[in-house]
Amino acid sequence: MSAVTAGRRTRSQLSFRQKLSNFDYKFSPYLYVAPFFVLFALLGAFPIIYTVNVSLYDWNLLKGQGDFVGLENYATTLQDPFFWNAFGNTISIFLLSAVPQLVMATIIAAVLDQAIRASTFWRMSVLLPYIAAPVAVAVIFTQIFNQFGGPITGLTEFFGLDPIRWGYDSFPAHIAIATMVNWRWTGYNALILLAAMQAIPRDMYESAALDGAGRIRRFWSITIPMIRPTMIFVIITATIGGLQIFTEPKLFDSSSNGGSNRQFQTIVLYLYEMAFPRRDFGRAAATAWILFLIIVLVGLINYAISRTIASQDITRVRTPKRAALTANGVRR
Amino acid sequence: MTSTVTRPPVVPRPLDREARRNKARFYDRPGWFSYALLGVFFLAAVFPLWWSFVMASRQASDINAVPPVVIPGPNFFANVMKAFATVDFAKALLNSIIISGTIAIAVVFFSTLAGFAFAKLKFRGRNPLMVTVIATMAIPTQLGIIPLFMIVSQLKLANSLWAVIIPGLVSAFGVFFMRQYLVDTIPDELIEAARMDGASMWGTFWHVAVPAARPAMAVLGLFMFMAAWTDFLWPLLVLGPKNPSVQTALAALAASGGHTPDYSMVLAGAVISIIPLLILFLLAGKQLIAGIMSGAVKG
Repeated sequence: MSAVTAGRRTRSQLSFRQKLSNFDYKFSPYLYVAPFFVLFALLGAFPIIYTVNVSLYDWNLLKGQGDFVGLENYATTLQDPFFWNAFGNTISIFLLSAVPQLVMATIIAAVLDQAIRASTFWRMSVLLPYIAAPVAVAVIFTQIFNQFGGPITGLTEFFGLDPIRWGYDSFPAHIAIATMVNWRWTGYNALILLAAMQAIPRDMYESAALDGAGRIRRFWSITIPMIRPTMIFVIITATIGGLQIFTEPKLFDSSSNGGSNRQFQTIVLYLYEMAFPRRDFGRAAATAWILFLIIVLVGLINYAISRTIASQDITRVRTPKRAALTANGVRR
Repeated sequence: MTSTVTRPPVVPRPLDREARRNKARFYDRPGWFSYALLGVFFLAAVFPLWWSFVMASRQASDINAVPPVVIPGPNFFANVMKAFATVDFAKALLNSIIISGTIAIAVVFFSTLAGFAFAKLKFRGRNPLMVTVIATMAIPTQLGIIPLFMIVSQLKLANSLWAVIIPGLVSAFGVFFMRQYLVDTIPDELIEAARMDGASMWGTFWHVAVPAARPAMAVLGLFMFMAAWTDFLWPLLVLGPKNPSVQTALAALAASGGHTPDYSMVLAGAVISIIPLLILFLLAGKQLIAGIMSGAVKG
């Protein structure tokens, strides 16, 4: 504080209180944002960056840091058929969850975007699954898809069909795991899309209706183009989350790490298996960084696509409202 | 520990009732098909939860009944007792409340503080710092678990609740969310006026920003509580079986019987793990929906 009090002659005409106040106004903002940046640097940024360091060493969970091995951990991982198996499983589960989820969420949102009765009740009911944690969802659906006698096995038996080996065959297992994701997230995404739909000016629908456009036509020609930025957002979050899926495949068969033959081992499960049962932190860190790069790459591709679409929209539709909406709609 | 990205801001939605009254606004009148569809979605959302509760109140052998059992039986409390005897659910519930509560309060506090500074105070480097916050939202910090695990072991925090709480103390999403809310909510003149009246910066924050931010703080706190409550991977790594969170306890319960566990007991555990959030949902579901629809998005 003494540095401030020993100011120049003109400044010294200010009372001590005023100087204190100036100091307060100048430095307080930094104090207010500091906790976030300090903690994020220590707990968010540093671990991600230090992962690179770990990945360059022979590093054991118990023995600690070993020899420097350069990029060997990356080379071994990328040559490991189990890594590519995990990669394929992740993509398969992701597609089986993202595509139906987006379609269903859009349908629910469109239905809710009407003068529906008891709208709060319906909104709450579609959001209900979201409150069940992934662990609980996995536990419940593991029983629903229980191949030795769950309700679905009961149904297939009842109709005289061959039993489906949900926990053993790769594709059925992917469907079961994708179902868990879909069940939890569809309603949540429907609400996000509903918010976007409600922001569409109603007179656009009205004039379209006056021009003779039917409900279906209005949906495809107004609703879908208008909510596209939000849809892109939903796809991006679903992608980032989907590539990191762990809980559902882990608990679908909790005695293994993604099935007895890795039928549903995902990339994060592969990472987990490397790090803990195998204690190979070097390989696990390399896997984490490969996945990190995949996610960043996918994010950049999405960003490029959404920018292109958004700039096309601005040139096509010139109403100020529309332009503002899409300009803001681009992900930053 | 959940990744986030921003999404396009949307204009606040008008009330449906208002819209129906207002002839100038055009809403489709839903037909019976819309209600039928909503009914199907309602059943799809509710059935797994209801079936879990029904199974939890019956016996394990009812699992493959055709059609599936839908009427509760008499064994709910017996199954719950069995679940509590198999894993330490009492401790797990307490631990999860402590973890989620601390994380929610800390994130709300730090985010309101930083969000206020970004929204209403002028300082050198404000814009680049805000861009940094937004950029960090898209980073999947979950992938830093290996070094984070090493830090926790170094600090001898393994098996302690701090190991779960500390990495969750700040959220880039929270800062962004509070900044977006405060930038439009507090008029700049109010900040100026407080300064003219001789209020300190802290006084302005405490007496002007915090009261204005209260609704957004509640929504952010709700989301952070739920995110911390449902987190699994990190607690699984750092909390041992003697000091579980609700999720690790439930996972241990599900694994307790190998491939043929006592289904009723396991599902009783699942029901217990859901009940606290179900209560929260019934009390604050509207705020939750408003939060999701206003752009309070967690990916």
